[in-house]
Amino acid sequence: MSVNDSFDRRGFLKGSAAIAGAAAVGTALPSGMAFAQQGKLKIGLMLPYTGTFAQLGVAITNGFKLAIDERGGKLAGREIEFVTVDDESNPAKAPENVNKLVQRDKVDVVIGTVHSGVVMGMAKVLKESGTLWINPNGGAGAMTGAACAPNFFRTSFSNWQTTHALGKVLKAKGHKTAVFITWKYAAGEEMMEGFKEGFEKEGGKLVKELYTPFPQVEFQALLTEIASIKPDAVVAFFAGGGAAKFLKDYQAAGLKGKIPLYGSGFLTDGVLDAVGDAAEGVETTLHYADSLDTKKDKAFRLAYAKTFKLQPDVYAVQGYDAGQLLAAGLEAVKGNVADKAGVIKAMEAAKIDSPRGPWTLSKAHNPVQDMYLRKVVGKENKSMGVAWKGLADPARGCKL
Amino acid sequence: MDLAFILIQLLNGLQYGMLLFLVSSGLTLVFGIMGIINLAHGSFYMVGAYLAWSLASMTGNLATAIAIAIPLTVVLGMALEKLLFRQLYTRDHLYQVLLTYGLILVFEELRSIIWGDDVHGVAVPALLSASIPLTDNLSYPVYRLAISGVCLLLAFALYVLIQKTRLGMMIRAGASNRDMVQSLGIDIKFIYTLVFAMGVALAAFAGMINAPLSSVTPNMGSHVLIICFVVVVIGGIGSVKGAMAASLMIGLAETFGTVLVPEVAGMIVYVLMAIVLVWRPEGLFGRK
Repeated sequence: MSVNDSFDRRGFLKGSAAIAGAAAVGTALPSGMAFAQQGKLKIGLMLPYTGTFAQLGVAITNGFKLAIDERGGKLAGREIEFVTVDDESNPAKAPENVNKLVQRDKVDVVIGTVHSGVVMGMAKVLKESGTLWINPNGGAGAMTGAACAPNFFRTSFSNWQTTHALGKVLKAKGHKTAVFITWKYAAGEEMMEGFKEGFEKEGGKLVKELYTPFPQVEFQALLTEIASIKPDAVVAFFAGGGAAKFLKDYQAAGLKGKIPLYGSGFLTDGVLDAVGDAAEGVETTLHYADSLDTKKDKAFRLAYAKTFKLQPDVYAVQGYDAGQLLAAGLEAVKGNVADKAGVIKAMEAAKIDSPRGPWTLSKAHNPVQDMYLRKVVGKENKSMGVAWKGLADPARGCKL
Repeated sequence: MDLAFILIQLLNGLQYGMLLFLVSSGLTLVFGIMGIINLAHGSFYMVGAYLAWSLASMTGNLATAIAIAIPLTVVLGMALEKLLFRQLYTRDHLYQVLLTYGLILVFEELRSIIWGDDVHGVAVPALLSASIPLTDNLSYPVYRLAISGVCLLLAFALYVLIQKTRLGMMIRAGASNRDMVQSLGIDIKFIYTLVFAMGVALAAFAGMINAPLSSVTPNMGSHVLIICFVVVVIGGIGSVKGAMAASLMIGLAETFGTVLVPEVAGMIVYVLMAIVLVWRPEGLFGRK
C-alpha cells in the first residue's frame, strides 16, 4: 500500500517536473517525504484478505477506515499511514506476520485479526514487544483471560459471551433440557462452556455435547442422535458454509418445528441467502442485530453503504469500534502515542458509542456489552430485544 | 441405544459412503487408472458446484443446469489435458503435484473473481424435496436416497466401462504399458484425453448433485480432496470395486465413530487407512 502511494507521488512529481524543472523537484522530494514520515501514525492491519475469511477482513478494514474518515482522516490531529499484512487465517504464519509489522515496519498499533488461532499466535509476539494491539474479531477466551496483557484490547466478543445469554432465553421459553452441537475445536468448545454455565445456573440440564471434527460437515449421524435423545431444545454453533449446511440438514431431517433450534449468532449471520427458509424462526444471541433502529446504528449503516456500496455487518461494526477505541486513546494524549500508559488508561476508561449500542471495557479489556436475542425473519436477523444487559466475560486467569 | 437407532445410523453410514464414492469416482479414474496425482480434483468438484449454482439460478432448474454444465466440464478437462497434463506423463510425479497444486490456487482465485466469496445454496428439486418419516421426530430426505441411487448407477456404469468394454480394455492396457498400446496402432493420446476429461466431469458432476445438500462455499474443494485420496488408496489403486468398498467402509466408520467415540472421530478414518495399508499395502482390491 505504502509502495503504491509513493509510486503515485513520484509519477505525479515526474509529470510536474517537466514544467517546474528537474532541479527543484530533486530537493523538494526528500524533505517532503521526511516530514510526512515523522508526523504520521503507523497503523498495522493484520487481517485475512484471501481465503475463507477474506470478506470478514475487508468488512473490518472498511469499518475501521470509516471511523477514521469521520474524524477527517486523522486521529488526534495526526495523519495515518497504513501497513497491511494478509494473515491468510494461517496460525502457522502468525508470529512471522505480526513480526513484520512490529520489527520491520515498527508500527504504533496493530489491528487484527479474525481467526482465533492466529490471534493466539499474535498474543505471544505482542506480549513481548508490548505494542498496542486491538483485536476486532477473534473470540479466543485466553486473549482476555489467562494470556491477557495491558496492551491487549478487544472490540468484538469472547466466544463465551456469544452463547452465555442463551441459558436465560431457554429458561424463559420453558426448556429444561438441551443438546449442544458444534465443531470440535477451541471456539466451539468455548461457546459450549459459555452456554452450559448460563443454562445450568438457570436450572437447565445440558444432556449431551455433540461434536464433529472441524471442518467436517456431515451431520446426519448427530442429527439422528438428537432425534433419539429428544431434548427440549438444540443449541448450535457453526459458521459460514458449515452453518448453511447444518441449517438445511436440520430442516431436511424433519427436526425443525419439532425441536426448536437456538445458537450463537454466527449460525445465522451471512448465510440467510443461502439457506432459503431453513433458518426461519431460529433464535440466536449476539452483540449485534439487523434493524436495531437506533440513531447511531442508522447513521453508521447509511455512511457505510454510501462509502463502500455494501451493507455493513457485525464485522464492520467491530472494525469501526476498533477505530473509535483507538481514537479515544489517542485524543487523550493529543496524539503522542509514545505515552503508552496514557493511551491505555484512556482506552480503558472509554465509553464507546457503537452502532451495536454503548459499551465499555472490562478489566481484562474485553467489551462489556448487551447481548441481543435475534430471530430469523425472512432474510434478517431481527432483534427481539436485549437478552442480557451488559454481559461481561468472566476473564478467568487474567490478573489485570 | 435401541435397534431402530442402530439401523438408522447404518443407513446414514451407507448413504455417506455412497456420497464419498460419488465424490472420489473421478479421482479413481485419474489417479487410480491414469496414475496422475491430481491435487486439483477438489477444485473440479468446486467448479461443478459453482456451475450448478449459477446456472440453476439463471435457468431456475437444477436438472437443466447440470445438462448444460457437464459438456462445459468435459471441454475444460480436455483442454487441461491437452495444454498441461500431456506434457508431464513422462516426467516424475513431483511435476504433477506441482502443476495440480498450482491449479488449486488458480481455480480458487478464478472462483473468487467470477463468483465471489459468498456462501450460496441450491434448492433441492421440488420433485425430490420430500422427506420420509422414520421415527416420531426424524425423517429422511428423499434427495439423499436419490443421490445414493445415482451413485449405484454410476458405480455400475464405471465398472462395465472399464472391465467389460473395448474402450475399457484399451484404457487398462494403456495404464500398464503406454508404448506397447501405441505401437499396436491405438490412439492412446486421444484415450488419455478422454479419460482425463471424464475424471474432471465426474468430479464436477459430484459437486453439482451434491450442491443442494452441501451448500456452495469457497474452499469446499479442499475439504473433500483428502478423503478422496484416502478412498482410492484404501480401495486399491485402479479398482472401481475397491473404491466402492472403501467408501462404504469409511462412511460406516465415520458415522459410528462420531456417535460412539466422538473424542477421536477425527482420526478414525486415518487409523483405518493405516491398518488396511499394513495388512494389504496394495489396498483392498489393488493388484500386487
